[in-house]
Amino acid sequence: MGLSVTLKKKAGVFSLDVSWEIDNELVVLFGYSGAGKSITLQMIAGLMRPDEGVVRSGEKVLFDSLGGIDVPPQKRSFGYVFQDLALFPHMTVRENIRYGATGTDASECKKIVEEIIGAFRLEAVSNSLPSKLSGGQQQRVAFARALIRKPDVLLLDEPFSALDNPLRLEMGEFLNDVRSTYDIPVVLVTHDIFEAYTMADTIIVYANGRVAQRGTPSEIFNHPANKEVETLINTKRQMTLP
Amino acid sequence: MRLSLQVAAVATAFVFVTGITVAYFLARKDFKGKELLDILFTLPLVLPPTVTGYYLIILFGRNGIVGKIIYQWTGWTIMFTWYAAVLASFVVALPLMIKTARAAIESVDANLINASYTLGRTEFETAVRIILPLAKKGIIAGVVLSFARAMGEFGATLMLAGNLPGKTDTMPLAIYSLAGSGEWSRAHAMVLPLTILSGGFLYLANKYSRRLV
Repeated sequence: MGLSVTLKKKAGVFSLDVSWEIDNELVVLFGYSGAGKSITLQMIAGLMRPDEGVVRSGEKVLFDSLGGIDVPPQKRSFGYVFQDLALFPHMTVRENIRYGATGTDASECKKIVEEIIGAFRLEAVSNSLPSKLSGGQQQRVAFARALIRKPDVLLLDEPFSALDNPLRLEMGEFLNDVRSTYDIPVVLVTHDIFEAYTMADTIIVYANGRVAQRGTPSEIFNHPANKEVETLINTKRQMTLP
Repeated sequence: MRLSLQVAAVATAFVFVTGITVAYFLARKDFKGKELLDILFTLPLVLPPTVTGYYLIILFGRNGIVGKIIYQWTGWTIMFTWYAAVLASFVVALPLMIKTARAAIESVDANLINASYTLGRTEFETAVRIILPLAKKGIIAGVVLSFARAMGEFGATLMLAGNLPGKTDTMPLAIYSLAGSGEWSRAHAMVLPLTILSGGFLYLANKYSRRLV
């Protein structure tokens, strides 16, 4: 398993040029807004086309600009949780989750949908529209929908940013549960220092479209590789403290 | 009245299918000549209906580019039939459908579409199950407007279908004849319901487009 990513993209004055490789671990892409974290996820998932690069999930090559390979997003096995969750507002919780169960026959589909609704404690709201749910419930629906196909990689684009602190702690534990069930690489984008510190196995620090440093949380926080990373950590730390 | 409703209903059915397809491509795709295509479909909205009718004759008349071929094969021409009234109404009402449906489709959150793709759904599935249901209100508004426009079509219909009593004399054409021959009371009897009907349709269209999310 694992995920290997090399991406180059120019968009106006911004340019992204990153390369990293991860195992079945939780990796946090950490940095200021606009550092290129979210578009990295979009390019991994095939929602945006890089100018150059390679995306490999396990043995599968999903994008290779030199080899002319560009697998469409539908054929890439990624679970993606969007910042605004992107739950379909006109479908109930169950319909949202079932929509993610592509390529399964009817009886199998029914079975796995009910299983995951149970596992994610959504039975009570399974027939409600997403707008009627609490923030934490909506999160769980988005995760259930993203995971029902048993993806090779889980991509999380700041899914917890809209939550208040106690709920965020709860979602952190929830994410740990998810990881113990699904042994896959998880890429979590965040600009929240607390999330980065508490959840990550590895942190990849983004600055201006480049990888500024990579390491375990304690490595990054105790030994910032350069001024850039140090400033980022200090600013973010001040913002989190009361 | 019956003829008018029949013509408008059939024209609107075609407008619905064609309009949504064209609007989808204009809203979601980038291709060469896209703006040209948009202008081409919008032209009937601003051209005098007689000019639209003129082009339709050039295309579908017995000696028209397409009409000629149809006539040679079947000996049938659309000219001066109620199908011609449908065709005229269709062409004139289509831009209203395309404009409203395109705006509605463009307003659908791009993340929802992306989410559908990452869940393994094809573009067609995404269009049918996510985009169109979420653009529903704009599409309904477009249908209502198109129907009202088709009901009121006069100029292009006159050019293409003529004004044959009992065959192609839709309400606007009948009103024209009645007013011309001074039969005011019979004209009133048609003008009033047409006005009320159109007003009602506009009310419906406003109601739906205002709630367009």
